[in-house]
Amino acid sequence: MHEHEHTHDAHAAITEKNELTYYEKRVYAIQSLLVEKGIVTADEVRRAVEDMDSRTPALGAKVVARAWVDPAFKARLLADAKAAVAELGIDTGALSTLVAVENTEKLHNVVVCTLCSCYPRSILGVPPDWYKSLHYRSRVVVDPRGVLKEFGLEVEPNVEVRVYDSTADMRYLIIPARPAGTEGMSEEALARLVTRDSMIGVARARRPSES
Amino acid sequence: MSAKFKPGDKVRVRVGSPPGHLRTPHYIQGKTGSVAAVHGTFRNPESLAYGGDGLPKQFLYLVCFEQTQVWEQYPASRQDRLLIDIYEHWLEPA
Repeated sequence: MHEHEHTHDAHAAITEKNELTYYEKRVYAIQSLLVEKGIVTADEVRRAVEDMDSRTPALGAKVVARAWVDPAFKARLLADAKAAVAELGIDTGALSTLVAVENTEKLHNVVVCTLCSCYPRSILGVPPDWYKSLHYRSRVVVDPRGVLKEFGLEVEPNVEVRVYDSTADMRYLIIPARPAGTEGMSEEALARLVTRDSMIGVARARRPSES
Repeated sequence: MSAKFKPGDKVRVRVGSPPGHLRTPHYIQGKTGSVAAVHGTFRNPESLAYGGDGLPKQFLYLVCFEQTQVWEQYPASRQDRLLIDIYEHWLEPA
């Protein structure tokens, strides 16, 4: 018998506070049916969730850092992003096609999906809540400069702003401009400057002094 | 099967709200832009959304619009653009 300073019944039982929503119930019901009918197995569903959860903006950052140091890779990335990221061992899946777009001194691109929340999940992971919000989706197309300013990014009047509305099969990855003062930095160090938001286009990449 | 439009072509987005799922937002319907890229062919989401096979595949285009043409009171500099993916059956020559 081991000795405890505290008693076990001091712990409250773990309870689920939240009722399942209508859509959660529906998803679970459909999933159960698919498993029961033998169309997918529970393990396949688990593996797909696990794969999705393993994807983070670090994948995208690795791609951007490579593009910054290797102009030939950047050219391939801009021509066929899906094939280029596969060179780095990143599988973007069978369904959607990836397009890379470059931000420069004269051009700032930002991505939205006004119809839902299409996002390059295979390379950036789960989208942030604001990306899915009605506010962002409805306003960034009408007033991109105003919305970017709210994110703390003021785009100079002489820089063209382009909004990409990803309404269909394409998923857009922004290659942020490489910050000044990063000459000679290693690819790994450069990747740490590439944030999720900079790859959506609502921020610039970090400067070395900010990381 | 060949694409009806090529990069640089002026196109107008058709106006319509058929019942069901569609990927052409209301705000861009009736607007005129130019084809920036031909993405290739994809299954039609208006059929896929209801368990259909999505065939025949549709050409998908990246279409570029001047923001000042999309929004009457676009508040910022005039060179800004909006780029959006639109399936061929939603486009007509302009």
